[in-house]
Amino acid sequence: MYLVSHPDEVKVISFRFGQGAEQIDKYIELGGYEQARRAIDMGPEAIINEVKASNLRGRGGAGFPTGLKWSFVPKGMDRPKYILVNGDESEPGTCKDRPICEYDPHSIIEGTIIAGLAVGAKQGFIYMRGEYRYLLDIMDKCIADAYAKGFLGKNIFGIEGLDFDCMSHSGAGAYEVGEESALMESLEGKRGVPRIRPPFPAVVGLYGGPTVINNVETIASVPHVLRLGGAEYAKIGTDRNGGTRLFGISGHVEKPGVYELPMGYSLRKAIYEVAGGIKGGKKLKAVVPGGSSTPVLKADEIDVGMDFDQLAKAGTMLGSAGIVVLDETVSIVEFALRTIKFYQHESCGWCIPCREGTDWLKKTITRVYQGNGVSKDLDNIKYLAENMMGRTFCPLGDAAAMPTIGFITKFRDEFEAFLSENPPTPGLVLQQAPNLVQLAAH
Amino acid sequence: MSTPTTIFSAELAARLDRLVTLYPVKRSALIPMLLYAQDEIGYCSDAVVAEAAVRVGITELDVRNVLSYYSMLRQKPLGKFHIQVCTNISCMLRGGYEILEHCQHKLGVHENKGVTPDGLFSVEEVECIGACCWAPAVQVNYDYVEDVTPASMDAAIDKYRQLARPQ
Ligand SMILES: Cc1cc2nc3c(=O)[nH]c(=O)nc-3n(C[C@H](O)[C@H](O)[C@H](O)COP(=O)(O)O)c2cc1C
Ligand code: FES
Repeated sequence: MYLVSHPDEVKVISFRFGQGAEQIDKYIELGGYEQARRAIDMGPEAIINEVKASNLRGRGGAGFPTGLKWSFVPKGMDRPKYILVNGDESEPGTCKDRPICEYDPHSIIEGTIIAGLAVGAKQGFIYMRGEYRYLLDIMDKCIADAYAKGFLGKNIFGIEGLDFDCMSHSGAGAYEVGEESALMESLEGKRGVPRIRPPFPAVVGLYGGPTVINNVETIASVPHVLRLGGAEYAKIGTDRNGGTRLFGISGHVEKPGVYELPMGYSLRKAIYEVAGGIKGGKKLKAVVPGGSSTPVLKADEIDVGMDFDQLAKAGTMLGSAGIVVLDETVSIVEFALRTIKFYQHESCGWCIPCREGTDWLKKTITRVYQGNGVSKDLDNIKYLAENMMGRTFCPLGDAAAMPTIGFITKFRDEFEAFLSENPPTPGLVLQQAPNLVQLAAH
Repeated sequence: MSTPTTIFSAELAARLDRLVTLYPVKRSALIPMLLYAQDEIGYCSDAVVAEAAVRVGITELDVRNVLSYYSMLRQKPLGKFHIQVCTNISCMLRGGYEILEHCQHKLGVHENKGVTPDGLFSVEEVECIGACCWAPAVQVNYDYVEDVTPASMDAAIDKYRQLARPQ
């Protein structure tokens, strides 16, 4: 991983990147832990109001307003409450939590403390995907340093009776565990199977206690919200979409990388200016705007501002802000197959529409891609995906169905080409999956 | 409470003794425990499962049920250096499959999770490893190798081979 930079960037959450802020003294020198200290004097209500005013929305994918989420935690102290930071980062196309964990890890700890103060939690967990071992090691050192300075533990910041503990936790490979209820199951030492809601985690969560679950980037944004003030932070973005986001731009661009841009920034400019345009001067075919689960945009649909509402209006989602750029050479059918292969692999199997749906989608798209499809397959793909929507325990079913519907609707001609007398030659995806081919041949 | 007999090094045993005390319930330590045990033993052997079950106070069956869910946890040994090639979308667009093939050919390992005869390397096709902007990306054990080309992959393999030589 390396840092990139562009003049259009607005460096709020990334302003300490590359300055050695993983060292606690440097972090403090750059204003670190001042906001946690201030938050103690502000008190819960003022913190939550500030976060509400900032229009900060969840950076994990769904874009739920963070202040509102925190306000759902019941007041009163009958059960222990928890803050659970979601660092499972596994949505294909998404690699934006990684730079925060590497270059500004203390901001995650500071955000966790502030969230704890806001809802009355005394314990925070930072869950990291198992593959991020080097980041877990960085985080462990930072947590130890924060304890040593008295920012964590008993009587934090020297205030009698104010305690807050925080620890890291390693996962061991599972996309589904990024889903908030499966995340809690995993942290409790179980298979990552989702829980039925209600009750929502804010009321009954980890170990049965009220739990706030936020993405790494959301939590790391919180100290900046307090630093700038909610209203100022909100102004950086667009209506109802406060602040900035770390956009990971990957695929066929000249300068892939993680860039911090204001909410609402033009998708076209992000691709053609910030990321340097299409690699090798080729033509753009399509863009997946917010991680692999978000419906594809065609080349003529990219004049859109990147915030939750504008992308929703354009029929897709901002999701995890992982922009994947596809040039004219990409086979959409192959891309669709690779996408569904992922979701089929990651389905936890708990509920039928997701388990069976992802499996049949993979089989049917494989058959088409092999040149063995029949025209009814294309309608079946769409019908199957549409019928998965909203019928699963957790949104993994939707995450698999939405992009599939996008591909088959917007690029039906490419699917049809595989049904013709002379179908295109399949690429490496199939050669690497002999058992897939055999299965689909039936 | 420490376990009377352990298959782990003193250092790991001490770490695991502490791990179970950190959570409101012991069972929360299970998944990291299995991963750390695997790092030392090479895989989640029957002995690892048995000891983990005692340490967190659940049955071996419960441990196995959890173990089978997580893709990083394995029940048989792999290469000393496990090469995990991401072929997911961002990597695929930048040659992830070609890198996977290259590793397979170079090492003569043709089935997924196959191991070289000397036990040094294994190759696996994996899902997104959070390196999409530095694609194609590979993880060798926990190390990231990014913006990989066939040549840089060869260099990385040589480096690990070198590391395995007795000094
Ligand atoms: C299948 C699935 C996978 C998810 N993976 C992640 C993830 O890796 N990281 C994350 O922060 N949120 C992930 N989410 C979203 C979480 O469920 C949850 O909404 C989020 O962590 C809440 O934090 P936020 O409000 O700060 O975004 C996932 C959701 C689903 C359905
Ligand atoms: S797609 Fe390969 S690292 Fe994300």
